[in-house]
Amino acid sequence: MDYGVSDPAGGHPRSPAQHRAIKILLAGGFGVGKTTLVGAVSEIRPLRTEEPLTEGSLRTDSTVGVEGKTTTTVAMDFGRISLRSDLVLYLFGTPGQQRFWFMWDELAIGALGAVVLADTRRLADSFPAIDYFERRAIPFIIALNCFDGARRYDTEDVRMALDLDPDMPIVLCDARSRESAKDVLITLVEHVLMTASEEPVSGIV
Amino acid sequence: MPANDERWLDAEAGPVVRPYALTQGRTRHTGESFDLVATVMATPAALTEPVALAPEHMSVLQLARAPSTVADIASDVDLPLGVVRIILSDLRELGLVAIRRPVVMAERVDKHTLREVLNGLRGL
Repeated sequence: MDYGVSDPAGGHPRSPAQHRAIKILLAGGFGVGKTTLVGAVSEIRPLRTEEPLTEGSLRTDSTVGVEGKTTTTVAMDFGRISLRSDLVLYLFGTPGQQRFWFMWDELAIGALGAVVLADTRRLADSFPAIDYFERRAIPFIIALNCFDGARRYDTEDVRMALDLDPDMPIVLCDARSRESAKDVLITLVEHVLMTASEEPVSGIV
Repeated sequence: MPANDERWLDAEAGPVVRPYALTQGRTRHTGESFDLVATVMATPAALTEPVALAPEHMSVLQLARAPSTVADIASDVDLPLGVVRIILSDLRELGLVAIRRPVVMAERVDKHTLREVLNGLRGL
């Protein structure tokens, strides 16, 4: 084990209030398996937000018959993984459509990184999320959920279709499998670690 | 026999009480904003000085007796996040809870912590 929990040099145990929270985002189109993936690897919990309807969503969501409706409920996928007693990983998944971006802006602050979950049959659904994370320089990876019956594509074909950098990890996964979901998260953290080590070079002002 | 959970109103119908009614119509909280994974904790004042609070404020305060995150509390009280944020900022104004920035924010995640996360994930 690389890191001992005890520190003979006189480390103080962290008080519970000092627990460290890591936030990872999960984006992707509707029905791509976000809830399944969160459920496979973590204790999934209900979390909803009641958001004021914006003009944009008023155009999309029919309010006929409920004209007084000024807010809309958006369910989020929310998962919690306790890695150590003082280190908890939180997964947040929200719909990837443009009209939900008001939620992304809030979620993205302080996020360690993001996973864009994609379905090869509807790759275009992942464009908005990819654009979003690229613009905000949030490290992310692509996870292709391998649906039964869907044609398997080579990850390099997907890379070309999505116009991604050669060093951007693309992994195949089965969102239902705990091991597979775990591997997706591990790939992301490894990617973040790699990006972090390049920071001193690229981050010089 | 009709089961209690067989209500004609389902989640699709929306809340029976409009959520923002609990906040007197306020949709924005006051004071410094806080992250979804910010740590919330009841202050000693919350334990010693009884104050008259709305039931929802009471439930949130109860959950904050042990350090918890904003997202965890929202999930536990089953109220929309926006509403919980307003309740939390009310409680903060009353000096009943303290809200701390998450210890680990992206810009400060050090490699040591990242490796700890990796080891933790591998060990799941």
